[in-house]
Amino acid sequence: MTTLSERILGACAGEYVDRLVDRAFAHDGTGVLALEAFREMGRTVPAFPERISIFFDHLAPANNSQTATLQAELRDFAIECGLHFSDVGEGICHQLMSEGRALPGEIVVGADSHSCTAGAFGAFATGVGATDMAAIWAGGSTWFRVPETTAIQLEGSLTGAAEAKDLALTYVGRLGMDGATYRALEFTGEGASAIAMEGRLTLTNMAIEAGAKTGLFYADNITRRYLAEYGHDVTMQVPRDPDYAQEMVINLDDIVPVLSIPHRVDTIADVTDYEGTPLDQVFVGTCTNGRYSDIERFAALIRGKKVKTRTIVVPASRDVLLRAGRTGVLTDLIEAGCIVGPPGCGPCLGMHMGVLGEGEVALSTANRNFRNRMGVGAEYYLGSVATAAASALAGGICAPEVP
Amino acid sequence: MEGTGHAVCLGPDIDTDIIIAGRYLRTKDRSVWAEHVLEDLDPALAPRLRGAVIVAGRNMGCGSSREQAPVALKEAGVLAVIAPSFARIFFRNAINVGLPVIECDGVPCTAGEPVAFSLDEGWVKAGGVRYNARPLSVRMQEILDAGGLVNYWRAKE
Repeated sequence: MTTLSERILGACAGEYVDRLVDRAFAHDGTGVLALEAFREMGRTVPAFPERISIFFDHLAPANNSQTATLQAELRDFAIECGLHFSDVGEGICHQLMSEGRALPGEIVVGADSHSCTAGAFGAFATGVGATDMAAIWAGGSTWFRVPETTAIQLEGSLTGAAEAKDLALTYVGRLGMDGATYRALEFTGEGASAIAMEGRLTLTNMAIEAGAKTGLFYADNITRRYLAEYGHDVTMQVPRDPDYAQEMVINLDDIVPVLSIPHRVDTIADVTDYEGTPLDQVFVGTCTNGRYSDIERFAALIRGKKVKTRTIVVPASRDVLLRAGRTGVLTDLIEAGCIVGPPGCGPCLGMHMGVLGEGEVALSTANRNFRNRMGVGAEYYLGSVATAAASALAGGICAPEVP
Repeated sequence: MEGTGHAVCLGPDIDTDIIIAGRYLRTKDRSVWAEHVLEDLDPALAPRLRGAVIVAGRNMGCGSSREQAPVALKEAGVLAVIAPSFARIFFRNAINVGLPVIECDGVPCTAGEPVAFSLDEGWVKAGGVRYNARPLSVRMQEILDAGGLVNYWRAKE
């Protein structure tokens, strides 16, 4: 029977199809090039402006006047064409898509590799480049090769200090950086049903790190409740005995706090193996772990104490920041000595505030630790929010205590 | 489409951050990308890419969706990129900007030696041996033949 990707795309794995895109988005990094290609295609107005979003998150607010000038051109285009426009300070595209802008069964395409994140809602969500996005603006559709699917069957439940992020790093480690290339991932099993929406978003976000086209959860009661908060009444999706190309079983009880070691995302080790490694910086945020529950958990772990290394916290959206302000979480962070940045991608891609210097070592809750990405000549480890909190307090890599 | 160039050898899992670093993306000036392409891997590599055929390891172009990566390679003068497998966004982007990418197993790489390719006939030749390449989909071949997705769209109108 059919996988969720096959159901949404309406064709069998291996087939090539053209499909209208329900939601298309670009950010300030890719949108500038997309606009150039769109104009070179001889176009001035997108075919379906109501389906298109532009988010300013990569260099937000602009780091210099060159960036500001490029952003101004894209901003003017978005406003003139009546697109959904999200300016600097609103947050990361994937977070804002997950705040009620992506729904089960939809085809969601973003000009960013982590667009697979929205697959957590049971959407077929995938990333493309700028010119593909320009063609979607021009005609509303794009082509897909319907992917084969690797099932990640989750059993049991997370225990101790382990988080969805540790599971994400673990599955990327098991698959390898190209273990799911050209494929979709489906997270299934009783263990999947128990993972909260924000944890699911962390898991689908990292599908691309194994090369996958997307990562999907079936929409269930958790999805329904989450999206109801944004005014959507959605239908649940039930697996129909899908034919998987590959199945991987992970027992959640076996998951422990892990790190991704510089400079490959798929090189995974227990946090305890690296305890005591001095850190110049801890960074909490991004489309992987910058959601409210992440920031709240981090704050709860450091509340009333002082961080011993430079610690940057960047909420994933204005809503996350606002909630953190209302609940006192923001005060906890500031009192503990953290630097709180404006909602956006922060230093993750090495273009803006908080980048690392040569020889510096950091721990980040992001999804990529490629050489030189977050700073030339720097090294950084990827880990969970709990590992980031324990490490910030210790001033070096430290395994989180079992709560 | 066919061609011959001197081989430039790259390893597996070359990510798009290493092809063109984030710090060079704050511009639309393509010459900046060509100048700094693969700089973090080997600062002396960019000038050697004119007329080159890159023979890379598996998972070529993984990571970020930045289209500046294939554009930088093309602007620097790369004729084609050959690898046993590509990250899918990079693969699409390369075709969309008119840079030939060829999926082909087992191609040996000796830096500076000639490598020939024919997309029409689906082969790569290196060290006197011919290797069969996996064909592009019909659509991707059409886009590449048009010189990229922008030209493909303009011709369609």
